[in-house]
Parts: sequence; structure tokens; C-alpha cells
Amino acid sequence: MSSWFVALLGGVLIGLSATALLLFTGRIAGVSGIVNGLTRRSSGADWAWRAAFVAGLAGAGGATMHLLHQATASPARLPVLLLAGVLVGFGTSLGSGCTSGHGVCGLGRFSRRSLVAVLTFMASAIVTVLLTHHLFGT
Amino acid sequence: MKAALAALLCGALFGIGLALARMTDPLVVIGFLDVFGDFDPTLAFVLIGATMTTAVAFHFVLRRARPIVAAQFELPATRTIDLPLILGAAIFGVGWGLAGYCPGPALVGAGAGVSTALLFLPAMIAGGLAHRFVAARYNGKSRPTRISVFRS
Repeated sequence: MSSWFVALLGGVLIGLSATALLLFTGRIAGVSGIVNGLTRRSSGADWAWRAAFVAGLAGAGGATMHLLHQATASPARLPVLLLAGVLVGFGTSLGSGCTSGHGVCGLGRFSRRSLVAVLTFMASAIVTVLLTHHLFGT
Repeated sequence: MKAALAALLCGALFGIGLALARMTDPLVVIGFLDVFGDFDPTLAFVLIGATMTTAVAFHFVLRRARPIVAAQFELPATRTIDLPLILGAAIFGVGWGLAGYCPGPALVGAGAGVSTALLFLPAMIAGGLAHRFVAARYNGKSRPTRISVFRS
């Protein structure tokens, strides 16, 4: 199978997962929001569905990576990697979403806020890669 | 508990999709973002596949009076395009471009035991906590508001 077809199939599975979560639990499948909710004081039931989603994501996703012999690490050096983690956590909390919440779910709901968010983080990520890989070297 | 079981299975499907699509490989992600260099457009098909599915299917799901195992749909209430949205997305994009991880793939990578994902994840959680700490100090009203869509 060509790689673009597998990517399309992976995308459809992600879309079906987001649809099933909305259909069954009424929740938006935004990973940053789901993770952030785990560190907030909330009811046991609210914590349980978030923890279950994260467990399924990391467990089944991690197992799939092993089956496909994927183990590629990030090329970022340790301080950059940690800085990137903080920026992703801070930015997705401030901006109320990430690739899944604004991208997969927000665009699916035709949300103007999510469209603006997606265009903004795509642009800033593209500029970041341009600066780090081409202007300053790695 | 039914909601937790549904969430577990949805999370699993989401993770399988991410790994299959190779969103979990930071080099593939950086290649996708490297528009002015070694551009690899494959990941655009992930976004196309996912949003085409949700754009059609959400429409039918949201026509229901309520979800199957919960009392109501919980959708974001905010409609305005404001500075926190744009600033937050811009900051997120910088982190995404630096490491090649966004939150979902970082969790999947950590699940697979990839060292860089295991290091990235606690930093990401700390970043989210840092924002909530700052927001609580400076305006005290930055918690996301949600609207409840009752049966119509």
C-alpha cells in the first residue's frame, strides 16, 4: 500500500474514534484538553473517562508502533525537547486545543475559532522548522 | 463506567490511527512541516481523512437529542476569535516544530517506550499546569467555559 493511502486510512480511524467518543460520551476528542483535565480537581467519573482514553491511546498506539517496528525518537536535543514540551503544554492550554481538538474535531464542526487556531499553529510550526533547520542549522 | 469503557476503546482506535499514519514519528512530522526544504506531504492525508470523516459524521451525531451513555453533549461555548486562542496556537506550533510531537503522538510514543516521548510528556504536563497557574493569578477566569446542549 502506498504511504499516502495508509496515512488517509489512519486519518479515517482517528475521525471514527472522535465520532464514537462524541456519540457515546458527548465529549470532544481533544487530547490536550483530556490530559489537562486529569490534573484538575474533578469528579471521579470525569477523571475515569479521561484516564481511560489516555490509557487506550498510549496502550494500543504504543503496541501498534511496536508491531510496525516504529521507534523513531525526536531529533531535538534534551534542553530543546523539554522546552518544546513546556511550549506545547502551555500553548494548548492557553489556546484551548491542539491538533486533535482544533484540527480533527473543530474543523469537523466547522468552527471558525478552530480554523484560525489550525492555520496559526501550522504557520508557526512551519516557520519554526524553517528557522531551526535552514537558517540556524541543527 | 460505560463512559470510561467507551473512552478506552475510542482512545485505542485513536492511538492505532496515529501510529498507522506515522504521526508518531517526529521525523515524519518535521518533514511535513519542512515546507521550504525536504517537504513530505504525506501527513496532509491524515488531516484530510480525519476531518472529512468528522465533518460528515459529527453532523449526524449532533442531530441526536443526547449521547448514548451521557446526559448531554459538551461542546466548547466560546465563539470569539481572541488573543489567547491565537497566542496559544502560535506557542503550541513552536513546540510542535521544535520536537515533532503534539500531545496525542507524545502519549503514543510514551506508551511505546520511546525515550524522547517519555521526556517530552512530563514537560508538556508541566506547561499546561504553568498556564493554569499564570491564568489563575492574572485574571482568575481563564478556565474554559463549556455549554451544555440539552435535548432540543
